[in-house]
Amino acid sequence: MPLLPRLFFEFFKTGLFSVGGGLATLPFLYEMSDNTGWFTHADIADMIAISESTPGAIGINMSTYAGYKTAGIAGGFVATLGLAMPSLIIIVVIAKFLSRFDENRYVQRAFYGLRPASIAMITAAGLNVARVTLLDADALSALTAGGGFSLSLFCLPAILLAIVLFLAQQKLKWHPVVFLAASAVVGILLKL
Amino acid sequence: MKELFDLYIAFFKIGCVNFGGGYAMLPLLEKDLVTRRGWTTMEHLRDYFAIGQCTPGIIALNVSTFIGYNKKKLPGAIAATCGFLTGPILLILIIAAFLTNFADLAIVQHAFAGIRVCVCVLIVQAVLRLWNKSVIDVLSFLIFLVIFVLNVSSRFLPWSVPAALLVIAAGIFGILFGRTEAEHRAAASEKNAKKKKEDH
Repeated sequence: MPLLPRLFFEFFKTGLFSVGGGLATLPFLYEMSDNTGWFTHADIADMIAISESTPGAIGINMSTYAGYKTAGIAGGFVATLGLAMPSLIIIVVIAKFLSRFDENRYVQRAFYGLRPASIAMITAAGLNVARVTLLDADALSALTAGGGFSLSLFCLPAILLAIVLFLAQQKLKWHPVVFLAASAVVGILLKL
Repeated sequence: MKELFDLYIAFFKIGCVNFGGGYAMLPLLEKDLVTRRGWTTMEHLRDYFAIGQCTPGIIALNVSTFIGYNKKKLPGAIAATCGFLTGPILLILIIAAFLTNFADLAIVQHAFAGIRVCVCVLIVQAVLRLWNKSVIDVLSFLIFLVIFVLNVSSRFLPWSVPAALLVIAAGIFGILFGRTEAEHRAAASEKNAKKKKEDH
């Protein structure tokens, strides 16, 4: 198969089978790396780091990167569109279904369960970010390895920043981007 | 045409600042699409996230497609999705072409440590705002608790339950044991009436 259609097809498969968020694409990316040699396992590790430091999910970033490395700028676009295509098709079908059936009693009851589930997922995601951000990684691994509890577990400047941000956002109705930008500056100044 | 362009631009902006995964997008969507443009409601957004979690693909993309579709059908879905993808594609192309050690730069790491703190706080506030309309009674609180605990503890367990499976299970549970909103309101007013009677 010529390169561009093959890029599209491989990332289409990844997009189709990875359910539930960016990290779900990882096993498929490792498999693709073994099968095609388009990128190495080290490239994937680098991309995880880059994805944590840029907007955009790891799957999107990896498809752009792999496409670019193998077939230039056109490759970057083709691979990313391949990744996005399955979810575009599936969501359009679901949205069509929902707009026709959202008065249906069973659909409404399903949402009775889906709503708290959604909130639970969002809370868990927040806790996950808090764990790596507000706690000190070394002290945490020492604690889980059976070491003693110590105050150095808490990353104080980060916790302080979180409290200030929380209060500021209650008072000021600014756009979240303003707070994100300010936090980046504080992070650089305090060397968080 | 103008509306499609607006959709594209709105999601282009969100895609450019969507640090920290799909759920971090919720506060941005709330500000831009609910408060500012009135295109959707916070409750709809929450429902889209639930569906996006258990369908293939990246959650942020699924949510973009959803909102785009509901605004302008298929062309809207395509405009929103492409808008969301544009920023990350351009950024990664630049990084791949010029900055090989981008993520290792000290200044980048410090900036993102700060951004992650803000992402935490934004997520907490999104949860607080959605809580009352999602966890409405004891049963729905139990669903929340079970899914939250399973999700958080899967890291420490030898086996892990895929998040998508949890969400699907919650949906099925809702169909079997849940109430529609009308049923919930009826039950609540009945309870109130009973309580009033007992007070007398």
